[in-house]
Amino acid sequence: MSGTGLTAVAAQIVVVISGAPLLAGWMRQVRARMEGRAGAGVLQPWRDTRKLLRKEPITPIGTGPAFRTAPALLVATTAVVAALVPLLSTTTPVSAHADLILVVALLALGTVALALAGLDSGTAFGGMGASREMTVAALVEPTILVAVFAFSIPAGSTNLAAIVAGAVREPSRLASPAGLLATAALAVAVLAETGRIPVDNPATHLELTMVHEAMVLEYSGPDLALVELGAQMRLTVLLGLLASLFAPWGIATDASWPALAVALAAFVVKVAVLGAVLAAAEVFWAKVRLFRVPELLAGSFLLALLAVTSSYFLSGE
Amino acid sequence: MPQHPAIREITHITASELPKYAGDLFAAGHRIALVAAHHDTEQAPGGRAVRVVYLFTSGPPDTRTELQVRLDADRPELPTLAHLSFPTGRFEREMRDLHGIVPLDHPLPQRLVRHFHWPKGWYPMRPDAGPPPPFAEQEGPYPFLEVEGDGVYEIPVGPVHAGLIEPGHFRFSVVGETILRLKARLWFVHKGIEKLFEGRTVEHGLPLAERISGDTAVGHALAYCLAIEEATGTHVPEPAQRARALLLELERLHNHTADLGALCNDVGHSILNAQAQRVREQLLRLNDEITGHRLLRGGVIPGGAVLRAIPDPARMRAVRDDLRQIADLALAHPTIRDRFTGTAQLTTDAARDLGCLGYIARASGLPTDARTAHPFHTHDQPPSPPVHTHGDVLARFLVRAEEIDTSTALITDLTAGLHPGATTTWPPLSSTEAPGSGVGIVEGWRGTITTRVELNADHTLARVKPVDPSFFNWPALPLALADTIVPDFPLTNKSFNLSYAGNDL
Repeated sequence: MSGTGLTAVAAQIVVVISGAPLLAGWMRQVRARMEGRAGAGVLQPWRDTRKLLRKEPITPIGTGPAFRTAPALLVATTAVVAALVPLLSTTTPVSAHADLILVVALLALGTVALALAGLDSGTAFGGMGASREMTVAALVEPTILVAVFAFSIPAGSTNLAAIVAGAVREPSRLASPAGLLATAALAVAVLAETGRIPVDNPATHLELTMVHEAMVLEYSGPDLALVELGAQMRLTVLLGLLASLFAPWGIATDASWPALAVALAAFVVKVAVLGAVLAAAEVFWAKVRLFRVPELLAGSFLLALLAVTSSYFLSGE
Repeated sequence: MPQHPAIREITHITASELPKYAGDLFAAGHRIALVAAHHDTEQAPGGRAVRVVYLFTSGPPDTRTELQVRLDADRPELPTLAHLSFPTGRFEREMRDLHGIVPLDHPLPQRLVRHFHWPKGWYPMRPDAGPPPPFAEQEGPYPFLEVEGDGVYEIPVGPVHAGLIEPGHFRFSVVGETILRLKARLWFVHKGIEKLFEGRTVEHGLPLAERISGDTAVGHALAYCLAIEEATGTHVPEPAQRARALLLELERLHNHTADLGALCNDVGHSILNAQAQRVREQLLRLNDEITGHRLLRGGVIPGGAVLRAIPDPARMRAVRDDLRQIADLALAHPTIRDRFTGTAQLTTDAARDLGCLGYIARASGLPTDARTAHPFHTHDQPPSPPVHTHGDVLARFLVRAEEIDTSTALITDLTAGLHPGATTTWPPLSSTEAPGSGVGIVEGWRGTITTRVELNADHTLARVKPVDPSFFNWPALPLALADTIVPDFPLTNKSFNLSYAGNDL
């Protein structure tokens, strides 16, 4: 038990950290090819990280601990989330702690750390980005919570591992109206949380339109590498969580080596497919006006609420 | 057949008569096209003086009226016309900063062009200015109007930007995300182009004119050549004028194509940008075949034009169909349409008061077009420019998309009967006549370009004053942005797409 369990936890962290830049590169490549461009290749984010890590660290004058600790905090919280949530296996030594509220709180901690760092830089852009990010976060975090609650009602627990294990045993839970509504709500929340089109444009160079990028404009060198790695890891973890919740097939529910190997392959394929679908969808979308973002997120929150309600009534308890 | 160019009516008046004469011309529907100061020496016909030329134009019919005012060379002062016309007030500030001519009672006495490290009392356009001095202590602060109130903050942007754009400093006063006020500070790329023209031969002036604004090589070169030809009495044969009109439309086409794509890119829809850039690349290669230069340099020459190839009408139709499809896809996309509609409206009254030109004026309901107002050759079918009235980003997008249609039709029209090769009457055979002054007016892709030249007796350039439409259009940007949200600024800026280089000279 503990041998494979510990391996599963270690594998989740390693796969997320090493795979996150590859996922970002893969998504950019898919998008480039669909737009008729050659693209920079799947390995480009790793090459960027290597370049940034070789640079001299620079901290703006007048910034305090909030600015210096935020990149490490972002990566650390995301790494803990990667260890907790059931990406490869539902039975790990830490899966008893994989509580939904804890996971959302850890993600929020990373977001808040970056927003504080943006404010700490004392520039107009940092403050502007932080204010926009908080507006988005205030709507996204409850949506994630409520959407996953829709699944915790049939499972009778807010433990993510228990929810996923339950869904593997009873796949009919996923095809229920509650499951479909929650999927839609969570998908929109993930888009907003990771700063993708239509909420934010990760490829823009226009400072005034940025949300996430405006907060981190003052970072350079190794700090910037950490911030980018953190953002890529969040995308990977959230897509992985989405896959585990709504397409849990292949995930290891017992502690055998073959099951873990299958789970690893399934995880890579599922996240790659989700990433490709997201990148492809982004080609056809445009960024909405900033003031339309709350409307979009309020809509997704409503879906999540409907999911919880229908889950409550249809569970027949 | 109307005479080309139209005869300029020149009136010499005193400084005190200026407001009355200018007021009459404005009341008769003229616009100020250009104001240029000249430092006449003792050898000049009127003796030593500072001579200021006000060029007023209207059309159709093509009318050009000049007022010339002579001022004391040691203490040049002028009554201001700023209360009659806003752009004239800006020309006056430009003259004050570059020539030291004081507009009396000017309502906006702040510096406009002056770099803040230029030493006090140094005016680069004066004959005795000498080479640029080292940076000195700045001439007073450059105050930005501070907007006060609960929750108001400032966002300073630039002059160095993140993308490949020219330098300009923007100071936003913002509450929440809404822009209360925007101040654009320009002239970071003042290169002294007017000074560089002085003393050059006509042939050596041409490359400089082509480089005033890199994307407007044909527009500025043509305005320069038309002015030179008027000053020297050079006749340009009809095929060469047709070739010039063709090059002008080709320039409009590749710039509008880039803008269509860039507008889509700025709302995060990069696939249409990728497609528009693909078409633009085809056009640039076509330009290369026609003139030997991707941005059409070398096509327009004094006295004529050079074409290495004639564009194939079938190819132009293919480009037009491609661009139509791109524009239709953009307009059919609900998010893009929502982002464009109602964003950064410039009212017709504001556009008229500021003297806006080109697609910005036409998107705000003003049908200004120098191709019909000041034609340099007789079109078989004069272009009817598309006009929209909403003045928002959508209107500016639509005007561009429709101008692409008009331009491709015009190009196909103009290619009929054209043959590759050089047609020129330069240098002029009859040099009996003493060279004088000349004015060239051209509808460049951004709007009306006006260039006025004066030649020395030895046919070198005494003074060249180009005016890019961006000089008129820049003040419209902050006005259109009032009550727009900050994240829509880049989109608005792109929809105006003003030239920094052409403005800063």
